Amino acid sequence: MADKKLAIIATKGTLDWAYPPFILASTGAALGYEVSVFFTFYGLQLLRKKLNLKVSPLGNPGMPMPMGMDKWFPVLGTAIPGMESMMTAMMKNKIKQKGVASIEELRSLCIEADVKLIGCQMTIDLFDFQRDELLDEIDLGGAATFFEFAGESDVSLFI
Amino acid sequence: MQNFDQELDARGLNCPLPILRAKKALKDIEGGQVLRILATDPGSVKDFEAFARQTGNELLASSEEGGEFHFFLKKAG
Repeated sequence: MADKKLAIIATKGTLDWAYPPFILASTGAALGYEVSVFFTFYGLQLLRKKLNLKVSPLGNPGMPMPMGMDKWFPVLGTAIPGMESMMTAMMKNKIKQKGVASIEELRSLCIEADVKLIGCQMTIDLFDFQRDELLDEIDLGGAATFFEFAGESDVSLFI
Repeated sequence: MQNFDQELDARGLNCPLPILRAKKALKDIEGGQVLRILATDPGSVKDFEAFARQTGNELLASSEEGGEFHFFLKKAG
C-alpha cells in the first residue's frame, strides 16, 4: 500500500475550490498514498502564508444561498457590491457550524503528513508573487516537475 | 462490550476529519492495540470501512446509538 501515488493539479483559488485538493491530499496521505499537489494559476493562492480565500455567488448558479436569497436576487443581484464578502462570511460560518475543517487546518494536516506541495514557477513570475508570500514548506517547479511524479502515479486529478 | 486501549472523540467533526484524526491517533498506539472512535458524521460509517480495507487496520466492530457512531479499530502489525 505504501507505494501508491496520488498526483493532483490545483488550479482554482476560491474558498470552495480549495477544499477538493486539500481533502483528497490529506485523506490520500492518511490511506498511505504518497501525495504531490501541483498548484498553478489561481491555485497558487492556496499556498499563501496568509490565506484570504473568498467564495462568489456570481456566475455560480449551483451555489445554495441562505434564506431563499437566490429567489430574491436574480443573476444580476449576485454582482451587487459586498455580496462576495457577505457570502464568504456566511460560508465560513456554516463550515464552522457543521464541523468541516478550515482550509488552514487541512493544509497543515497535509504538510504534517508529508504531502509534497509544489508551486508553479511560471505562475509566480506571471502574477508577480514574492517567494516569501508563499509557505516555506513548498517546492517550486514547472510542468516537467509535475510529470516526474504524475507519470508514475496511480491516481492523477485535475482540480 | 468491546475492549479498547485508546479513545478518540471525533464527535461534531465532518469528513475527512474523523479519518485524519484516527490516522493520527493510531500512531500513538502499538500494533494489536484497539482504538475506539466516537463520531457523529453519518458518512464516517462507510469511510471507516474503506479506511480499514485500504490500510490493513482491522475494523473489529462498529455500532450506532442515537446518532452517535462507535468504531473499534485494531492497529495492524
